[in-house]
This record gives sequence, C-alpha cells and structure tokens, in this order.
Amino acid sequence: MSWFSHFLNSSIGQKLIMSLTGLFLILFLVVHLVGNLQLLADDGGESFNLYTRFMTSNPLIKTISYGLYFFILLHTIMGIMLKRNSQVSRGPVGYAVKKTRAVGTSGLLSSKMAWFGIIILVFLILHMYQFWLQMKMGATPMITYPGHEGEYKDLYSMVIEAFKDTTFVVIYVLSMIVIGLHLWHGFQSAFQTLGLNHKKYTPLIKWVGKAYSIIIPAGFAIIPILVYLSH
Amino acid sequence: MKLNLKIWRQKNASQKGGFQTYTVDANTHMSFLEMLDVLNESLIAKKEEPVAFEHDCREGICGACSMVIDGQPHGPWKGTTTCQLHMREFKDGDTITIEPFRARSFPVVKDLVVDRSAFDRIIQAGGYISVNTGQAPDGNSIPVVREDSSLAFEAAACIGCGACVAACPNASAMLFVSAKVSHLGLLPQGKVEQSDRVLNMVKQMDDEGFGRCSNVTACEAECPKEISVANIARLNRAYLGAALGSEKEV
Repeated sequence: MSWFSHFLNSSIGQKLIMSLTGLFLILFLVVHLVGNLQLLADDGGESFNLYTRFMTSNPLIKTISYGLYFFILLHTIMGIMLKRNSQVSRGPVGYAVKKTRAVGTSGLLSSKMAWFGIIILVFLILHMYQFWLQMKMGATPMITYPGHEGEYKDLYSMVIEAFKDTTFVVIYVLSMIVIGLHLWHGFQSAFQTLGLNHKKYTPLIKWVGKAYSIIIPAGFAIIPILVYLSH
Repeated sequence: MKLNLKIWRQKNASQKGGFQTYTVDANTHMSFLEMLDVLNESLIAKKEEPVAFEHDCREGICGACSMVIDGQPHGPWKGTTTCQLHMREFKDGDTITIEPFRARSFPVVKDLVVDRSAFDRIIQAGGYISVNTGQAPDGNSIPVVREDSSLAFEAAACIGCGACVAACPNASAMLFVSAKVSHLGLLPQGKVEQSDRVLNMVKQMDDEGFGRCSNVTACEAECPKEISVANIARLNRAYLGAALGSEKEV
C-alpha cells in the first residue's frame, strides 16, 4: 500500500474522512435550506420552480451534486466501518454495569451517532424517493411563467401537496430533530478530529455548532409546519 | 458497615468467567483496596481462592490499580484512582459491582487483572526521547516556553492506567497516546523525534486493536489524572502534520 492509503486507513485517517465529509454535508444543508425557504415566498411557486430549474441544469451545480452523493455514501460507509470497529475493539464481554460520564454536553450523544445516522439515512432514502425520483422519473406537471421562456416542472405544487399529509409532516419534523442531535455532536467533533481544539477558538466553535444544530433543522421543519397549517 | 460485593471471577484467560457475590465487613475509613484485602483475608481463612487484583503504590501515582466499580473505571470519585477511593463513599448494605477493565486489547489474566502490555508496546514504539548518557546537562541550558512546559507537565501526569480505554465506548487509547505525544513533543528535547514518534505510536495503537476515537470524552471524565481531550486534538494535528508534512513514510 502507498503511504496515502496507509494514512487513510489509520484510525486518525478514517476519522479525518468522517470529519471532512461531515463538514461538506454541513455546508450543503445551508444551501439546501436557502433553496427550501423559497417555498414560503408568496408567488405561487415561481421563485422556487425557477430555482429548481437552475439547480438541476447548471453544469457546476450538477458536478457538485455528484460529489454530494459520493460524500453521503462515503460518510455512511465509513460510519458503519467505525461502528463495527468499535464493537470489535470493545471485545466479546461487555460490562454488567456501565455508567458513561462525559465532559461537556455533546459527549453522550456521540455514542448514539451511528443510530442517528441510520435514521437520517432512512429519511434520505424516503426523501430521494419522494422528491428527487418523482422529479426525474415521474410525470411532473409543467407550468409556464410570463417573461420566462419554455415550460417549468411544477415541483412547488408537488412539495406543497406532500406537506399537506399529516404523517409525512410528522416524519419530516422528527427526522429534523434527529439531524439536530447528529449535528449537536458532529459539528464540534469534526473540528476536534481536525486537531482544532484551542482555548482561543473552541468556545466559539462549540457555540456556533449548537446554534447551527438548532437553527438549521428548525428552518427545515418550519416549512412543512407552516404549509400544513395554512392549508 | 456490611457490603455486598458482586465480583467478576475468572480463573485464567482461556476459561469463561462469571460474577460471584460476597459479603464483607468494612469501615468507612478504609480505602477500596483495603476493603478488598479484608475480603481476601476472609477468603484465605476459609481456604478459598482470593480475588486477584493489581495494586502497587496505593497513593494514586503508579497506575497499577484498575477495575470498574459500579460501571466506572476507578469508581465514582472524579480524578482519583481505585486506591484513593474510600469506603465513606458507600452506605451500609450497598451492593457494589466490581469488574475488570473491558477491551479486546486488555485481555483478562485472572479475576480483575487485565494484561495492559499493549500500552508498553505503544511506549516502546516511540514514547521516549533519545539522549546521550553522561553528566546531567545544566537545567536551564535549553529555554522552554512557560505555557508549553505547563501543558507538557499536565500531559505527563498520565500514569498509563488504561481507564481511558475502559471508559471509552470504542475502547480507544487516544487519550493515553495523546498524553505521551504531548508531554514529549511539547518540549525541545522531544521535538526532534516527534514525527517518528507520532507515526509509530499511532501505528502500534492501531495494530494492538484499540478502537477509533469518536470524541465521546468519557476518557477525560474518568481519567484519574484528568488529562484533557485537547491532547487528542494535538495528537490529531501532529499526526496530520507528520503524515502529510514530514519526509517520513506512514
């Protein structure tokens, strides 16, 4: 093996992959949320539908989206490998009594990260099936806008329709809470893995991480709640 | 005070172990190990096999005593070893569960004794500095930054007991390795070999089968010397630097 694969297969190398892919996904969530918030614009879905056209046709965005799929996959596979490794390293006999204390507020969540991750993965599969696959394969109604050439896929109506379903809204909101818990640990943990722990800036990282893991999932969750209540 | 003890008994590494229950008469002034001494004396008097456990200095500096007491390595007190834990923590009639440190890399030798020689092999891989023998050099001939010497000293407080591994849900040895890497690498005498040290110690740690750190921080919470996880970040930094920045092979 080359030095590089040795490096990536080392315990710290594997954690580095987890950290970097996680940070990429954290950035992606902001972009996704900014797009979603256009669902709340009072223009019958025009800005949202124009935006989705841009996101699905711009070559740069398309390239990044393939990177995104790859990073989600890598984060998942590496997460499973780390969980498996942890079970093997723990050994065959467990503790009869176990109390886990941690320093700070995110530590105890960290041992649940794999479970949160699996729930998020299930949500993602559902999410991709419901919106992405319907957009690619399903018969999406078309719509035209004055001043804009051609027909646009009316994804706005599709999303609004989905948000009228109580079960869907409940699943969506619960998934956002799980994403929040995943981020609560993941955000600051990613920086610790990169070696960025210092009394000068770690308090700021932890503060931003907590704010982020509340604001972003809350931002996603508020959209279906508002749509549901207004219909 | 009368106590019920649920203790893990295991004849040797190859045989299966299990819990056995004992009662012991202790008093609140005893240390935890003295209480176990009393139990063992009563077992010997009854011609039963005494409970095997490790101990040496009994003043919290050698790192020999181990065991998990009611689910916590070194018991419920913060920043203390098992030998420093006193029976005033417990109440008359309490049941205390005592288990060995559990990790694949710390196999049980007998009862509460585990084989921690994996830590010795990690130290042999790079937890030292190479110096010429001869007369001791003048104490102040090499300047050391005050903050660095404090951090190095805090890390050097690690007694290598393995409580970090026992507490970690992943059985990771990162706190131990990072303490050694920090205490040597922060000082000028240790900087020379830092790249080799970091790469070799991490490789040995991985080869011994310890788990991957997921920043749970249970290690710092249970460490009898309260070594900070900031050392783990320093190790991560040093490893990335050595792997990507130095001329050394990984």
